[in-house]
Amino acid sequence: MHERQSFFTTKQGVFTILIVILAILPLLMSDFQTNLLGRFLAFAILAVGLDLLWGYTGVLSLGHGIFFGFGAYITAIYITIESSGGGLPDFMMWSGMTELPWLWQLLSNPVAALSLAILVPMFVATLLGFFTFRNRIKGVYFTILTQALVLTMVTLIISQQQYTGGSDGLTNLQTIFGFSLSSPQTQLVLYFLTLIVLTVVFFSSLRLVNSRFGKVMVAIRDGENRLRFSGYNTAHFKTVVFTLSAGLAGLSGMLFVMQIGIVTPTMIDIIPSIEMALWVAIGGRGTLLGPVFGALLANTGSTYFSESFPEVWTYLMGLAFIIVIIYLPKGLMTIGDKLTKKRRGSHANQSAGKPTKL
Amino acid sequence: MEAILLQLFNGLSLGSILLLIALGLAITFGLMNVINMAHGELIMIGAYAAYVVQLLFLTYLPEGMFSWYFIFALPASFLLAAFFGWLLELSVIRHLYGRPLDSLLATFGAGLILQQLARTIFGAPNVGVQSPTFLAGTIEIFTLSIPASRLFILLLVAACVGFMFYYFYKTKSGMRIRAVMQNRKMASSLGINTRRVDSTTFAIGAGFAGVAGTVLTLIGPIGPTLGTAYIVDAFMVVVVGGVGMLIGTVASALGIGMFNTIFEYVTNASMGRVLVFILIILVLQWRPNGLFHLRTRSLD
Amino acid sequence: MPTSQQANLLNCEDITVQFGDFKALNHFSFELEHRELHFLIGPNGAGKTTFLDVLCGLTKVTKGNITFEKDKSIKDMPEYEIARNGIGRKFQAPSIFPRLSVKDNLELSMKQKKGIWDILRATLKNEDKERIDSQLETIGLTEEAMQEAGSLSHGQKQWLEIGMVMMQEPQVLLLDEPIAGMTEEEEEKTGDLLTKLREDCSIVVVEHDMDFVREYSERVTVMHEGALLSEGTMQEIQANDMVKEVYLGQGRVS
Repeated sequence: MHERQSFFTTKQGVFTILIVILAILPLLMSDFQTNLLGRFLAFAILAVGLDLLWGYTGVLSLGHGIFFGFGAYITAIYITIESSGGGLPDFMMWSGMTELPWLWQLLSNPVAALSLAILVPMFVATLLGFFTFRNRIKGVYFTILTQALVLTMVTLIISQQQYTGGSDGLTNLQTIFGFSLSSPQTQLVLYFLTLIVLTVVFFSSLRLVNSRFGKVMVAIRDGENRLRFSGYNTAHFKTVVFTLSAGLAGLSGMLFVMQIGIVTPTMIDIIPSIEMALWVAIGGRGTLLGPVFGALLANTGSTYFSESFPEVWTYLMGLAFIIVIIYLPKGLMTIGDKLTKKRRGSHANQSAGKPTKL
Repeated sequence: MEAILLQLFNGLSLGSILLLIALGLAITFGLMNVINMAHGELIMIGAYAAYVVQLLFLTYLPEGMFSWYFIFALPASFLLAAFFGWLLELSVIRHLYGRPLDSLLATFGAGLILQQLARTIFGAPNVGVQSPTFLAGTIEIFTLSIPASRLFILLLVAACVGFMFYYFYKTKSGMRIRAVMQNRKMASSLGINTRRVDSTTFAIGAGFAGVAGTVLTLIGPIGPTLGTAYIVDAFMVVVVGGVGMLIGTVASALGIGMFNTIFEYVTNASMGRVLVFILIILVLQWRPNGLFHLRTRSLD
Repeated sequence: MPTSQQANLLNCEDITVQFGDFKALNHFSFELEHRELHFLIGPNGAGKTTFLDVLCGLTKVTKGNITFEKDKSIKDMPEYEIARNGIGRKFQAPSIFPRLSVKDNLELSMKQKKGIWDILRATLKNEDKERIDSQLETIGLTEEAMQEAGSLSHGQKQWLEIGMVMMQEPQVLLLDEPIAGMTEEEEEKTGDLLTKLREDCSIVVVEHDMDFVREYSERVTVMHEGALLSEGTMQEIQANDMVKEVYLGQGRVS
């Protein structure tokens, strides 16, 4: 390879430093802040998955809110059942239900619930991916279809009041595996669990994009037709990446709902779905590391501003979208790139498509 | 029989509303290949324009004149939305031609700003716009009693579509627009100012969004997020119809409206939506490029 | 080289491709033998590129049959199947993966199992490295191996794409105007490359540059309005009155 560079300027290095900081931070923060940061870490998992799909493979899904939502809802249903102590959840009784619907009964098993929280989004993504990619429906057309998926599913969730709590969502989430969700200890454990999951997801994704599979992903992004004439069934590859990405969104939703203790349709609708793409864009598409920062910074900013100056925040977020998309196609990583460029000379611009090897 | 006819009319009516919302997109997305997520906000701007015109009439003119506000609201909403569209093109979209996904995200940001602007000016809660009296009642056709406003919308949409066909296919400036969209370099070397054509075209598309906004005030109350509810449906209409084909947009809007009404009648509102979504995916299996699409030699 | 029908590598019988009312190919038949360098010429709109598109699966035929290696019918195969079966296409405009290194471009194109699982488990074995290195040498890009392919010159990109197609170890190589936009020196290099490549496979080249065709061709097929006009050596073609009329008459031959 080229001249050896210090570990701390590689993606692995920067990410490791970040993880160490994030592991220390709970000591310095209030329980509330730790919990908040834990949720953002869950978002970062989704952002990494979305980057695999959008940044590396060039397929933009604006349907990740619903995949996240599947994970969140399924997990929340399990928690609701556990919290109701075997009885019917309140909102079901209000809707006139007399016994637990079979789907819910299935989800009262923790193993089934936690696996379905990941498998259901993957399944839906496989279906949608299969039926669109094989027909060469791509680019914006695919993106619009993913938005329609969100709209359809959210409408369905809202209308099925007796199963999903309708537009109020599922709110009575109290205990998981016997531990109270409101206790700081449980939340601290969940924080570290999320941090560990993020670490595993990040390094696995980094490995993936550096493998031949990752090169296929980039090739699909930059020249899908060429790749097909090289003998690849690109539709299959895209479906797999979409499915994987949806699974990570489900995982993210699962960890998120455990930490926030509520899930409502507004959290998973069209607008949050687009905001997820913003995290990736702000951080830098096709960099893996950028979207992690993007998710953490955008959500920190959002929480801070939306509490203090809600109006200003909406304007800021709107402007951020426009500026990042027009002027900073690689987001925050543009800055990182400029720093490393001096160090690495002419090879610096490889960092997006093909991360530096150690 | 009567029930069926009524459903058919409802389908047609829904289709006409979808069509009106999608008409502007048929221009900006269909011709210019720009994904303008702020289209919904341009609709919202049109709706508030109608609201303001109505307020002015209520405040300054005698009661007998009130119903005339609608006649003024239509051009006012067209012009105001066209102006905002022109601004949007100038500030954001100009930089993003040829990058449709990026135009989607950037215009979403612009949409957020416009929404917030509306909230700042008019407040977050929905406001109602009083329909003009001549559109308030029902009209008897054969045995059906049909809301006058719905019938009016149907006719207005037909007029808009007719105008668009005429403008794009029969007039000089319409031809110029199509020339630029089909072969920018060629058109430019023939002396057409492509920048001006771009901004004009986009403004026209935005203007139609404004008209749609005025029409939506006849259906229900309006608010800053009015457009969000319709934007995705509108894009679906254009995609299913075949991008760049006005006739496709018409067929697809009416088809989706019709099926949506039928499915909702047979099941319920939300299942109806699910079924329409599945139907759209199925239609795209059969016609991946939309209902109307010319087989061409070009590689994408 | 008179050979029986069966010995042909590729047989196209009576193929028609229709776009709306326009017939881009009109009852066109074509045969390709093993290890043959075959040039396709004809005025613009003659259907040359459409024909290559049909062979690689980009365009589907309206009517007619295409058989490859005796019994494989490729007319309904998806492009990736056709590619896996040994027909490789080089496009007119260089079509490479600009953000991957030259070496990675070749690595992806290399003949290998290209299913999801195969690619997930794939590693770069020593023999793969040797194959890539020798291909790099053939196309003269050894020094540029680690560069991003997007940073190559126009000519280098063309060679890289030829190299990529060759990595597929095709039996038929389809080239669309490979020397367009090249310097004279690059043209010569490309001609030598073609002569070298045909030791391993059959090559169909669409070309407008008559000097180039004269210098490197064996068999030439002339197309006109989607149909076959004439076939033979360049001398035979140049002596053909019909060809002169529709083609040379237009002053295209320098």
